[in-house]
Amino acid sequence: MKEQLTIQQMKNICVDLRKNILTMIYKAQSGHPGGSLSVAEFVTACYFRAMNIDPENPRWPDRDRFVLSKGHVCPAQYAALAMKGYFPMEVLDTLRKEGSILQGHPDMKKCPGIDISTGSLGQGLACGVGMALAAKMDGKRYRVFAALGDGECDEGEIWEACHTANKYQLDNLVVFVDYNNLQLDGTCDEIMPLGDLAAKFRTFGFDVYEIDGNDMEQMVAAMDLALAVKNGKPKCILGHTVKGKGVSYMENQCGWHGAAPNEQEYKQAMEELDRQYAAC
Amino acid sequence: MNEVKKATRDGFGEEIVLLGKENPDLVVLDVDIGKSCKTGAFRKELPEQYLNVGIAEQNGAGVAAGLATCGKIPFVVTYAAFGSMRMCEMIRQEICYPHLNVKFACSHGGVTPANDGASHQAIEDMGILRTIPNMTVIMPADYWAARKLVRAAAEFDGPVYLRFTRDAIPVFYDENAAFEIGKANWLREGKDVSLIANGDTVRLALQAADLLAGEGISAQVLDMHTIKPLDVEAVERCIRETGKIITVEDHNILNGLGSAVADVVAESGKAVLRRVGIQDQFGMSAPYERLLEMNGITAEHIVELARGLMG
Repeated sequence: MKEQLTIQQMKNICVDLRKNILTMIYKAQSGHPGGSLSVAEFVTACYFRAMNIDPENPRWPDRDRFVLSKGHVCPAQYAALAMKGYFPMEVLDTLRKEGSILQGHPDMKKCPGIDISTGSLGQGLACGVGMALAAKMDGKRYRVFAALGDGECDEGEIWEACHTANKYQLDNLVVFVDYNNLQLDGTCDEIMPLGDLAAKFRTFGFDVYEIDGNDMEQMVAAMDLALAVKNGKPKCILGHTVKGKGVSYMENQCGWHGAAPNEQEYKQAMEELDRQYAAC
Repeated sequence: MNEVKKATRDGFGEEIVLLGKENPDLVVLDVDIGKSCKTGAFRKELPEQYLNVGIAEQNGAGVAAGLATCGKIPFVVTYAAFGSMRMCEMIRQEICYPHLNVKFACSHGGVTPANDGASHQAIEDMGILRTIPNMTVIMPADYWAARKLVRAAAEFDGPVYLRFTRDAIPVFYDENAAFEIGKANWLREGKDVSLIANGDTVRLALQAADLLAGEGISAQVLDMHTIKPLDVEAVERCIRETGKIITVEDHNILNGLGSAVADVVAESGKAVLRRVGIQDQFGMSAPYERLLEMNGITAEHIVELARGLMG
């Protein structure tokens, strides 16, 4: 039985994750910091608490799967994989560079620990549904964790996949919606209002846990509950989050969707994040 | 030629049951046109290996990708028009890019959905799919070819697009016929002209060869069931042996078999080529044979073109 980390330890890991995300994007001078920062608590909760994985054996058939449907925030997943030991930390410096295993969007054939290649929005959830279905068909216990952006909920395929998750009673599927209310061209309300997203997922047959998605305590509580309840219903953690969370000048700024910080901005971000460590 | 007629979709429907019984990881994934695509027997006999995600093709392709990452061998079953176009980007991103072991078994290829009209006639599908890296594209010529090539696809590791006919077409192979993905079947030897066809038009090439023989013209006939990877060696042999090639297909003359063969012919600079196929126009509700005639996809037109090349 593995020892569980305290909430404080997980909060500190999440700060490390954010620093690694920003360092990667700063060194690459390319990438998507805003959404990578808003999804950090979910990624931390998956990789450092919930998921049953073996970094020494990334293709272990019975492992839990992680699907990054919003593939452009892969710096968050890459940082978690490196911190778990899937590959050396130095590899993070190769993000988006020629020959790197860390492609601009996740590539399952190049990077250990990536369970499905994503990048075109709206497509990941259906793949996650397929994985959860395979587990059910084979009588296996592995679970599937899927991170969705709010903006990609504009895509019809997301809702087609929800139908399928409901039909086949995939209670081994945990969907996280990173509801930061900002998409590329503006706010979700402005570009395509999502309405009552919690009610939508409930209507599609999900158990919904609506939380502050940047609050580690709430995240862990929701995750533990989602995994404990085996009632034939897929789970949705609807996380209200802040795009650019943790870096003052990036928070809630649409412009940081896909821009890299300069040297001065990077230094400031690291100083701000350093102040967010708490005593364990 | 044998007078027995069968649709190639029936060959798929029968062979997939045998394959499913042999391999518990083989899964059929329907999108609510299973009855028409002949998965009824599979659904009844192997319910544990059967999924139906409703009229949701994009999701169906994605679910298949997820299943494949977990060791399943999904056969996604739909019509050619929807399998190639409604699912296209999911096939590219989630299946071909990561080279996942997903098969697309698509009925109603070409103009065979005749009276359904243009919306259901897939004239672009093979061209679209052959431009996607890692994809293999196959159209069997008759019932037995369908059974053999479905089996070959199941045993092959990687994405495969299989295209079947709705309408019954003559059966000329038998159960002992051999098929290899990417290798053309030489149905007739000849020295004057090469007829390269696939799918439901191979029978027309055979008829044309018979007619040409009556005029003293000796025609080779090739069943190019796999248009990607194309059997380049076979085309090069045609270039060497006759230097005169006619392609025949129930597909737009743009991007299909004719274009694939044209790539090889053009680079050789040593043969002349004529293409028989859909004339870059949408179809309409009409009898199958009439739709072929409207596009010049007939044995008589092939003969006429062959004569022209002899001059």
